[in-house]
Amino acid sequence: MKILTKWLRAYLPELPVDDAQLAEDLTLRGIAVEGIFSLGEGDGSLFEMDITTNRVDAMNHYGIAREAAAVYGVPLLPLSAELPKHAPSAKDFSVRIEAEDACGRFTARVLRGITVTDSRDWFPGAEVDTYFRLLEQKKISSAVDATNFVWLAMGQPTHAFDLDKIEGGILVRRARKGEKLKTLDGIERTLDPEDLVVADHVKPLALAGVMGGWDTMITPATKNVLVEAAWFEPMAVRRTARRHGLHTDASHRFERGADFNAAPVASALVSRILLAAGGSIEGGLVDVRVPALEARTAARKPIALALSEVQRILGTTVDADGITAATVEGVLKALGCELVVQHEAGSEGKRVWNTPSWRLDIERDIDLIEEVARVYGYNRFANTLPAFGGGVTALPSAQAESAVRDTLRAAGFHEAIASTFCSAADAALTAAQPGLVVPLGNPLSEEAGVLRPSLIPGMLAMVAGNLHRDLSDVRLFELGTVFSGATEKSGSTEKVDERPALAFAAAGLLPEQSPLHPARAIEFHDLKGVVEQVLALFQTRTIYFDRFPPEAGLTPAWLHPYRSARIVAEGTTVGWFGQLHPREASARKLKDAVLLGELYLDRLYKLPLRKPAARELSRFQPVRRDFSLILDQSIPWETIDAALAALNLPEIVDWRVREVFRDAKLGARDYSLLLGVTFQAADRTLRDEELQSYHAQVVAAVNQAGARLRS
Amino acid sequence: MTTEAIPNLSAFSEAALNQAFAALEQQARAAAAALATPEAVEAFRLDWLGRKQGRLNEVSSRWLKSAPPEAKKALGQRFNALKTVVESLLDAASGAGPTDAALAAEAIDITLPGSHRLTGAEHPITKTLNEIVRVFAALGYSVGVGPEVETDYYNFECMNFPPGHPARDTQDTLVVSNQERRPQRDRLLLRTHTSPVQMRTMEQQPPPVRIVIPGKVHRNDAQDATHSPIFHQVEGLCVDRNITFSDLKGTLDHAMKALFGSSVKTRFFPSFFPFTEPSADVQISCIFCGGKGCRKCKHSGWIELLGCGMVDPAVFAFAQEKQPAYDPKKISGFAFGMGVERIAMMKYGISEIGQFYAGDMRFLGQFA
Repeated sequence: MKILTKWLRAYLPELPVDDAQLAEDLTLRGIAVEGIFSLGEGDGSLFEMDITTNRVDAMNHYGIAREAAAVYGVPLLPLSAELPKHAPSAKDFSVRIEAEDACGRFTARVLRGITVTDSRDWFPGAEVDTYFRLLEQKKISSAVDATNFVWLAMGQPTHAFDLDKIEGGILVRRARKGEKLKTLDGIERTLDPEDLVVADHVKPLALAGVMGGWDTMITPATKNVLVEAAWFEPMAVRRTARRHGLHTDASHRFERGADFNAAPVASALVSRILLAAGGSIEGGLVDVRVPALEARTAARKPIALALSEVQRILGTTVDADGITAATVEGVLKALGCELVVQHEAGSEGKRVWNTPSWRLDIERDIDLIEEVARVYGYNRFANTLPAFGGGVTALPSAQAESAVRDTLRAAGFHEAIASTFCSAADAALTAAQPGLVVPLGNPLSEEAGVLRPSLIPGMLAMVAGNLHRDLSDVRLFELGTVFSGATEKSGSTEKVDERPALAFAAAGLLPEQSPLHPARAIEFHDLKGVVEQVLALFQTRTIYFDRFPPEAGLTPAWLHPYRSARIVAEGTTVGWFGQLHPREASARKLKDAVLLGELYLDRLYKLPLRKPAARELSRFQPVRRDFSLILDQSIPWETIDAALAALNLPEIVDWRVREVFRDAKLGARDYSLLLGVTFQAADRTLRDEELQSYHAQVVAAVNQAGARLRS
Repeated sequence: MTTEAIPNLSAFSEAALNQAFAALEQQARAAAAALATPEAVEAFRLDWLGRKQGRLNEVSSRWLKSAPPEAKKALGQRFNALKTVVESLLDAASGAGPTDAALAAEAIDITLPGSHRLTGAEHPITKTLNEIVRVFAALGYSVGVGPEVETDYYNFECMNFPPGHPARDTQDTLVVSNQERRPQRDRLLLRTHTSPVQMRTMEQQPPPVRIVIPGKVHRNDAQDATHSPIFHQVEGLCVDRNITFSDLKGTLDHAMKALFGSSVKTRFFPSFFPFTEPSADVQISCIFCGGKGCRKCKHSGWIELLGCGMVDPAVFAFAQEKQPAYDPKKISGFAFGMGVERIAMMKYGISEIGQFYAGDMRFLGQFA
């Protein structure tokens, strides 16, 4: 919103500060000046302002002048509304408000014999030409400019009708079903029975409080006009404006609450400008009011305010005197409040205030307290810290979440945050339970049409983004929320379930980079290691990985059916990971192998975090023995692993695969595995005979499992 | 190495033994003195202590075995003494380590870059969010969270945005589809701010409350350099008896100093939020120029950082439906909320908000 200081100063002849100081003081009181532009000698400045939605009364020159008057305690000149003397009319113009819930006041004034011409500076207080030039506001005609001028001056929408096009009198009513109205923007609109219209006795003339009608528009040929200044109920205007997709200056003001008492003043100012080029007034101002709406606005109940309440909410000031009764009274009076009762009977020291008609935002004592704080100056309050005796608690999952995050970071994965949304197709591909995807009613785009049921779509988009930019080494993870819906019978989503999940992805080379060692592409087991490290954070007895034949339909469709695994902890599926299905990779134009996975953290978070416990370290020499095994392809490591575990020998303290390799000398179905086993006792050095016995038990166990010892 | 063979011993008298062992010791000392390389040390070890052909082994097998029983003890003592000497010579020789020349042959290029075990980076949003939360935790604030999909009631109505209120327009809301037939208060939407968690917290516990709420929020905003449909907020709420506007000022002034440095100044402006009254916007003195005015603060010396205010009594009235102790005549409180992206962009000099959500390895790697 643009404001001219020259115009402000016309209302504030005693303003004691320059424009820069005025801007600063207004801003510190919530009337924010965002930019100051000098307009040159004698023309003052143009303020670019940003007024909060609750202060619709200050979105015009007079409203801001009123604020400045309160800040500096200087007089504010009244708006010039004196009209020339005129002959009484035999009969008042007919105005009736039928929609008494939606129109609180309607004033009408008849002007005859006017001349529609170019605008100029008509008289002091109506410098239309000068102000419009400084504001770069386009001049249209003296009639349109008059209503625009009054709008800019005092924020009251007014409208001028071509009187000769009005049949009978004015009726403010709801539209009739199917009724049509061509509005000033040239659009023929079909009205809704909820729409509020200003009509004559035959047809609708204007969308009340939103936009005038085409047929009653002022033209150069117009001689006689009807000036409307009214008060429309906010919700009624809002609904009409929304229904027709219209947002106008008038609707903006009425939606936020106009000044009930401004209509006669605005009408007089418009009329005076129109008459400046000739013409005369016919009859008096027709002023129809709806008492119920007046009681909610201009005549609303006064508010009782206790000084103690002001102090309880606002606290300590820098100034030792603090907020006194005199401070409160000074501020409120300057803002246009009237002290009606010094002390309300039976209330401890409460004073009772009438609030100004233009401040519909002031309804309660807290609103008055805010005004006191605002005009007194927020920065004159002290900085104090409240005492506190309660306990401090963290989120139950905070520790687990940070442990998971640290583990992924230590493994060389960067944390990422992806979009909360994905396409319906990606949702169908990745949702754990298809059909429970939550679509948005007003999505940002089709690609962002639903709430993500999995973190995989976002992860894939980020991986693809990197690979397509030729960043071949990717390691990312995301901790985020995934969504699924529960549906009502009607088909609409009734409840949305939110769960924490972890996704991770890798492509390219391993993170260890050195010019001295060969680089190696990251592969399935690197990711498996990360998964195992994450699982190791939690207290579990059983963890295993398995996979299913594709025809079982259990493996997620985004995974390579033979290079992926389900992750099971304590008998519950806690996630899936593996290589991206080549079909999905090629659909996304990804040439490199992408490894990725998702963990259902809500299930992991149910497990306690593993608590490290120290055990006695053996002082005795460990002995390592390697076993070179030959196995049939059908025998996985798991079988050997289980066979060794089943030995249940406390002296076998560690066993692991040292190497897996294929040898042409072996049969096509066989592979070779180097098993390393460490023997150690807690209480003694192992003797040769013991070692031989354990050795034999290991050999027997692996033989049992189907492995042969390589000779 | 040339060594003399062990001669057969013909006499086993004390003198003969002394002479024979003295000769061996002398040989050992002479050989040890000439040791220059690790290989030579190893050869010395094998020559003297080797299990199969070692000289001591030979002494033991040839002299000890052929010795008459009465001489065995004397011979054994001398043998052990010699062994100790040889071992100590060997220790001394290997302790000296390889020569400089030998070490020079092992030279490496120390100017090659170090091998990096890459550590993943914490996302700058997580990092900033945690920093903010820590500051308030130190002031006695617990941490709370709430759902990202909210009902109209929690997101708007109980936060004093009645249905049809124009203030709803400023928060373009993403809604879940097909909600039109449900009662307005139950309609599902993506929360536009973290403020609903204020009400969820108050419904769960009577005052006093001190809670800080980090979270993701969404608006139907077109993406540009500083706007994103996805962003994060940290919300705070403090409710108790006698909580005042000056407490709000003091708390946030302290928090801003903790976050941005003790020389930072704060400034409060009247603002408007439906759920607080009085409401304020808070500016801090520019962290780049110290308040003198620069490009970053648009030459004002100040940077706008957060919104706050005293909890509106209307919000307490909603809380009272479940917790009668939130009587606005007896208790009071303040709330505040800040955009995490804005703070992170400022702290790290990030110019495009979209970079937070693109997962670009180059961007994220900067925060490792």
